[in-house]
Amino acid sequence: MALLELKNLHVALAEEGTEIVKGVDLTVSPNEVHAVMGPNGSGKSTLAYALMGHPGYEITEGQILFGGEDVTEMGADERAARGLFLAFQYPHAIPGVTVTSFLRAAINALRKARNGGQDDPVPIPEFRKDMMAAMEQLEVPREMAARYLNEGFSGGEKKRVEILQMAMLKPKIAVLDETDSGLDIDALRIVAGGVKQLVGPEMGALVITHYQRILNYIQPDFVHVFVDGKIVEEGGPELAHKLEAEGYKAFGVEGEKEAA
Amino acid sequence: MSQTETETEVVRGIGSDYAIKYGFHVPEDYFFKSGRGLSHELIDAISSHKDEPAWMRKSRHKALDYFLARPLPKWGGNVAEIDFDNIYYYIRPTEKQAKTWEDLPADIKDTWDKLGIPEAEKKYLAGVGAQYESEVVYHKLREDLEKQGVLFLDMDSGLREHEDIVKKYFGKIIPANDNKFAALNTAVWSGGSFIYVPPGVKIEMPLQAYFRINAENMGQFERTLIIVDEGAYVHYVEGCTAPIYTTDSLHSAVVEIIVNKGGRCRYTTIQNWSTNVFNLVTKRAVAYEDATMEWVDGNLGSKLTMKYPAIWLMGERAHGEVLSIAFAGKGQHQDAGGKAVHAAPNTTSVITSKSISKDGGRAGYRGLLEVAKGATGSKSKVVCDALILDDASRSDTYPYIRIDENNVDIGHEATVSKIGEEQLFYLMSRGLSEAEASAMIVSGFVEPITKELPLEYAVELNRLIQLQMEGSVG
Repeated sequence: MALLELKNLHVALAEEGTEIVKGVDLTVSPNEVHAVMGPNGSGKSTLAYALMGHPGYEITEGQILFGGEDVTEMGADERAARGLFLAFQYPHAIPGVTVTSFLRAAINALRKARNGGQDDPVPIPEFRKDMMAAMEQLEVPREMAARYLNEGFSGGEKKRVEILQMAMLKPKIAVLDETDSGLDIDALRIVAGGVKQLVGPEMGALVITHYQRILNYIQPDFVHVFVDGKIVEEGGPELAHKLEAEGYKAFGVEGEKEAA
Repeated sequence: MSQTETETEVVRGIGSDYAIKYGFHVPEDYFFKSGRGLSHELIDAISSHKDEPAWMRKSRHKALDYFLARPLPKWGGNVAEIDFDNIYYYIRPTEKQAKTWEDLPADIKDTWDKLGIPEAEKKYLAGVGAQYESEVVYHKLREDLEKQGVLFLDMDSGLREHEDIVKKYFGKIIPANDNKFAALNTAVWSGGSFIYVPPGVKIEMPLQAYFRINAENMGQFERTLIIVDEGAYVHYVEGCTAPIYTTDSLHSAVVEIIVNKGGRCRYTTIQNWSTNVFNLVTKRAVAYEDATMEWVDGNLGSKLTMKYPAIWLMGERAHGEVLSIAFAGKGQHQDAGGKAVHAAPNTTSVITSKSISKDGGRAGYRGLLEVAKGATGSKSKVVCDALILDDASRSDTYPYIRIDENNVDIGHEATVSKIGEEQLFYLMSRGLSEAEASAMIVSGFVEPITKELPLEYAVELNRLIQLQMEGSVG
């Protein structure tokens, strides 16, 4: 049985009811890298948000199972406690809260949830050691630890700190929403390297992207082509190369300008 | 790293509530309790109890006339609700001030223990004054500071032992007729702190005063005078709490501060009255050449607070700062703010206000920035940020600015924000509950102010904010 299962998932905007995701079946397990590739406006980010439990999106039909448990109606915090993680395309700034204190609070919240609601704070030396190691690996400068979360961060810094969070929170399934956008080639190499290192028996990844280039660094095991709220084709890594060469035209999508 | 550790613990370790921690009351077994209401007879009784010099008694009577003659202010909050005839204006809990905590009556000592004051004294304070109802029942200054000539007494002892100094400054910074509540305080004042720091003496650890109301319908009117001499430094901290009653109490203090050439005074308040207390306080400091005055004003409790700590920059290059946090929960109105008056050239001031309103509470900034003619080269910056946590709550900003000089540099910024769904979702996706996520956003919002405080007070303030976030106050 797969760890994360999407069964006939339909997602609509909670306020206006417009359906964006129109029936998706997908499974992800540790040790697997899945790429969901699709053009702009295909509903990729909606899929990511709905998976994590964003209140602005309503699951109108179908189910999300995590470890066999139905998490469809759960809040984002409960999903996080079970081991789901979303690396945001546009992470939000939290003024006045340092990266360090945020990370400790998040780790302790997860530990508490996994300890039957009883506090089980991470010992400081252990936290500090993990954080230093993760920062070094992701080439995050030490002074970032004392900066306010995402406040005044460059695009590349935000993405790196998303992956830093992932490394520290150790999810079982990580969803990466357009993590490659806005990254230069060096930053992409570091960020993708960080993700690659974490994928293994403890973690699987669902990489949501428009372009193939991040997949040069993280080889996907499965590629799903996502157009207009549906998976229209599935295959191995070769499918990503085909998309890179031919674009989404074959799937009825007009040629798009390259996004920056 | 210790700062962030503590912050996180604060964010995580919520769960106590006001009623248990602060809202308790103990039986009254008092040396003297006046009747309800105000009169010239009451003033004679207070003055006789204190065995005061004739000039002070006269000053009290005159101030009562001012109070009775002045109308209630029509701005700010609803002070018309106060039933002045129902208040007890003077309660003397013990006959004598205690020199050790053990000398206090058991109930009173127990109260201070619950509030953690004796413990704090041991750990990080240079001196403590503990006021219970109208009188300072315990007072102590570290011996080495006493030897350096530092005076830290309750105001009544200050008047007895240093009448010349008190007579010189009392009511000079805030005249009796400054406003209706300053008049009331001048008429019935009792307790408060008297501090003198001699030239060049820098007191590294804070002096703390704690004000406790225990009786129902109590009126507490402490009076504080602080004189920081040339090149000296003091950090004075005050805290306050009261039991929760269904009827109102009144707290109306007056604080006068003089900072001489090159001196520095920091005055920190963590106001945590129960939500049946009207808190109407006048605070004003004068800062002379190269002196620095800082007000750090945290208002979390009370039913209504009207308080605008002021700094008059009287000497060249004097500097003033006001850092104000106001948190209004259910049934609370915080009309807080600050005033800076530039009366000399090249003076500088910064006013930073952060207000938070929740569950129908109303919090705001009311401030005055004034630059007098001749105060050339002066600089001032006013920043007021408001965070509104729900649609039922309200924030107001009243920034008054009067500039009579051209060659000045003035900045004013104001923002109003709400906790966004996106911010909450982001934090919750990392495992924080909705309550933890909101609390984290709020502590981040006030961080520019809490980071200015010594760790113990930053922790205390953060903890009180978390308590407010849980909505368990009052």
